[in-house]
Amino acid sequence: MSTTTVAHHDEHTDHPTGIMRWLTTTNHKDIGTMYLTFSLIMFLVGGSMILGIRAELFQPGLQLMNPDFFNQLIGVHALIMIFAALMPAATGFANWMIPLQIGAPDMALPRLNNWGFWLLPPSAILLTLPFTLALFGIGDGALATGWTFYPPLSIQGGIGVDFAIFAVHLLGISSVLGSINIIVTLFNMRAPGMTFMKMPMFAWGWLITAFLLIATIPVLAGAVTMLLTDRHFGTHFFDAAGGGDPIMFQHLFWFFGHPEVYILLLPVWGFIPQILQTFSRKPMYGYKAQVYSLIAIGAMSIIVWAHHFFTAGMPVPALLYFMYSTMAISLPLAVLFFCWIKTMWRGSMSFETPMLFTVGWIILFGIGGLTGLVLADVAADAQYHNSYFVVAHFHYTLFAGGIMGIMAGVYYWLPKMTGHMYNEKLGQLHFWLTAISFNLTFIPQFFLGLAGMPRRIPDYALQFAEFNMISSIAAFVLGLSQLIFVYNIISTVRGGKKATDQVWEGAEGLEWTLSSPPPYHSFSEQPTVK
Amino acid sequence: MTTHSNNHYYVPHGALYPVTISAGLLALASGFIFSVATDTNKDLAYLQTPGKWMMYIGAAIIILMTFKWLSAVVIESITGQYKQWEDKSFRIGMIAFICSELAFFAAFFGALFYMRIISVPDLAAFDPLFTPYKDFLGTWPSAGPGGVVLGTEYTPGKLTPMGAWGLPAINTALLLTSGATITWAHWGLLKDNRKQLILGLFLTVALGTAFLICQAFEYYEAYTHMGLTMGSGAYGATFFMLTGFHGFHVTLGTIMLIVILLRSMKGHFSAKNHFGFEGVAWYWHFVDVVWLGLFIFVYWL
Ligand code: HEM
Ligand SMILES: [Cu+2]
Repeated sequence: MSTTTVAHHDEHTDHPTGIMRWLTTTNHKDIGTMYLTFSLIMFLVGGSMILGIRAELFQPGLQLMNPDFFNQLIGVHALIMIFAALMPAATGFANWMIPLQIGAPDMALPRLNNWGFWLLPPSAILLTLPFTLALFGIGDGALATGWTFYPPLSIQGGIGVDFAIFAVHLLGISSVLGSINIIVTLFNMRAPGMTFMKMPMFAWGWLITAFLLIATIPVLAGAVTMLLTDRHFGTHFFDAAGGGDPIMFQHLFWFFGHPEVYILLLPVWGFIPQILQTFSRKPMYGYKAQVYSLIAIGAMSIIVWAHHFFTAGMPVPALLYFMYSTMAISLPLAVLFFCWIKTMWRGSMSFETPMLFTVGWIILFGIGGLTGLVLADVAADAQYHNSYFVVAHFHYTLFAGGIMGIMAGVYYWLPKMTGHMYNEKLGQLHFWLTAISFNLTFIPQFFLGLAGMPRRIPDYALQFAEFNMISSIAAFVLGLSQLIFVYNIISTVRGGKKATDQVWEGAEGLEWTLSSPPPYHSFSEQPTVK
Repeated sequence: MTTHSNNHYYVPHGALYPVTISAGLLALASGFIFSVATDTNKDLAYLQTPGKWMMYIGAAIIILMTFKWLSAVVIESITGQYKQWEDKSFRIGMIAFICSELAFFAAFFGALFYMRIISVPDLAAFDPLFTPYKDFLGTWPSAGPGGVVLGTEYTPGKLTPMGAWGLPAINTALLLTSGATITWAHWGLLKDNRKQLILGLFLTVALGTAFLICQAFEYYEAYTHMGLTMGSGAYGATFFMLTGFHGFHVTLGTIMLIVILLRSMKGHFSAKNHFGFEGVAWYWHFVDVVWLGLFIFVYWL
């Protein structure tokens, strides 16, 4: 197929400057930058909240805050980290990189793209406003139910619950818009010659993520809407007196919630193999196997939700079904692990920061997956449910598997995005501090959970004191190490050694054929892929 | 792979509509929360009036900005900015959007099935010696066994379920016919027969409006004569949420149809280029399909 010309949008190159540029932009790179910046800020906000929690848990007894405020911090921390830090980071990369990787002039629906981002700041305001209002004596703070909104607690709660419900609505609209945009872009904007089976893995990861979002986010929206009507309009969805059932909320929530954990990770599984092949200097192993595994995981993630409330009571055949189907997901996941390792096998590897993060990621995320298998065992879960073991498990998947993956992506693409090399020494320091303090924070939590310490309780029995103290100290080191990351990013944006177009010796793909940083309008000429 | 007749993709210039709509949504949401804050905390009753005003302002901003945004798109369309390549984007986007809407309705259908098949029968299936719900039969339709809800006693009223073969059957006929008329209008457009296009659209709008009037009447009957309200336990909640959200979508669809009708009268759309028309038509068919699900599972069975 011949090269297609995409004319310059000369009339738009003189885009507005200053604040108006960011408010009105339809440019995928500007929007991607906003997503990433927002994500970084919210990561710090959510992080400081949880340091408050770890300070309280440093010793047994109640020292710093009352239990209600403790629960509010936990719930808002989780909602912020999931919806305002991790998801926007993945969407930011999608906006920046998908058009570059598939040779498109921009995202397919640019104005909706802008709206998708600008729904996020209002949701962040809605999430955190109740804290401020409480300072002025209005209401009693944010939602105190944890991020899962379980009724009846969420029906009894004050205005904080309403604010969180609407925050979830806006975040949901934003995710659906983002997904629509990505689906359309991938179906309609690929460079001539780029078939689906030639698409970069990151694009594949996002395509499946987008489908999952479209299938599940509206269900969450429906579930919290029912909460809202139960709270204010007298319906009885979650109340036995009216024939409803609080456990129905758990079904609806986790029908979204379990796919959500894959929504958070599929984009990362997309670019991790790309980083591996770059720094192993050999093509990724098992492209097709990886694509099929991603599809299989996406499809299976929709049918395993009840493993989050085995202990709430359900018929034994249902328990068995949800146990085995959950465990079955680890099969395609194992295929992915195999491919990642085989990609490195006998490669000529080098360990710059992105690769350090990636290799660390494989090990730590592996621990997350294996402990998930332990939780999926119905009999064992009766002991582990709602304990610190679960907390440790999902931080190995979400902090290591999610955030550290995103960090690998940041170091990998930052030179492309800014045109400058980051400070390699600081990057490596950041990696080692993060990896070590992360493990010191969360390994003790596995033991605490096994010994019976429940989650979401501000006080604990004396025998848990030592492990909690270690965990709290390490958490503060972990938190402070992130300042190195922030500093490194800011100084890279400001200046630094010029990056070449290819940036990394082994990097392959369309995004590396453009200049660093790429021109404001990416592919003025759509490339042809053979 | 991508085949497109032209090779220039239109990237629209930036605009303030999205940000402003977001600000409107923020005002609408927080205004709503303030206006109902007294439900959970009597001390917050003073927020009711300011909350209402915030809501109105937010809603006004959203409506105004949506209108301006869409007019900008219409102008871009009639000045020929959108060719086949962009058109295909809109189509795929619309399909994905409708899928997300289906998932939204699926949540409420899920609640309906769950309550009918699991929670209501389960409440009647306790061991008779220990059951707190002695006379509860667990049959559908049900307003639940009653009990204490958040500190106040809830006694389910006697409710008459909404029968299928009165108004609902008429409504089904109305919507199905409107599905046919809009297809007929589409044929008119494809044959460049503008009269048929306009007449078809007009009929569709009329049928949609008739549907809404019937539904308003049905709600009135339910509340005044049948003892059926949103607070009527499982049946009331699922009935009003499902038909209510559907009715809201019919309202949106009818407004969009009116816009399309006006545009057709102005001479917009051609046999080749009419995504605006088709998007609305797809949406209308989607509303139609959801109604069939409602008719079968809410009214009939
Ligand atoms: C083979 C892989 C996995 C299996 C078998 C698995 C299994 C489970 C099970 C059974 C639970 C419920 C434990 C309980 O509450 O008693 C759980 C909780 C959780 N998992 Fe996993 N998991 C896996 C991977 C993941 C991944 C990849 C993520 C995230 C990206 C994740 C995130 C979570 C979260 C956030 C929770 C706790 C939710 C909450 O209660 O707030 N899991 N996992
Ligand atoms: Cu799960």
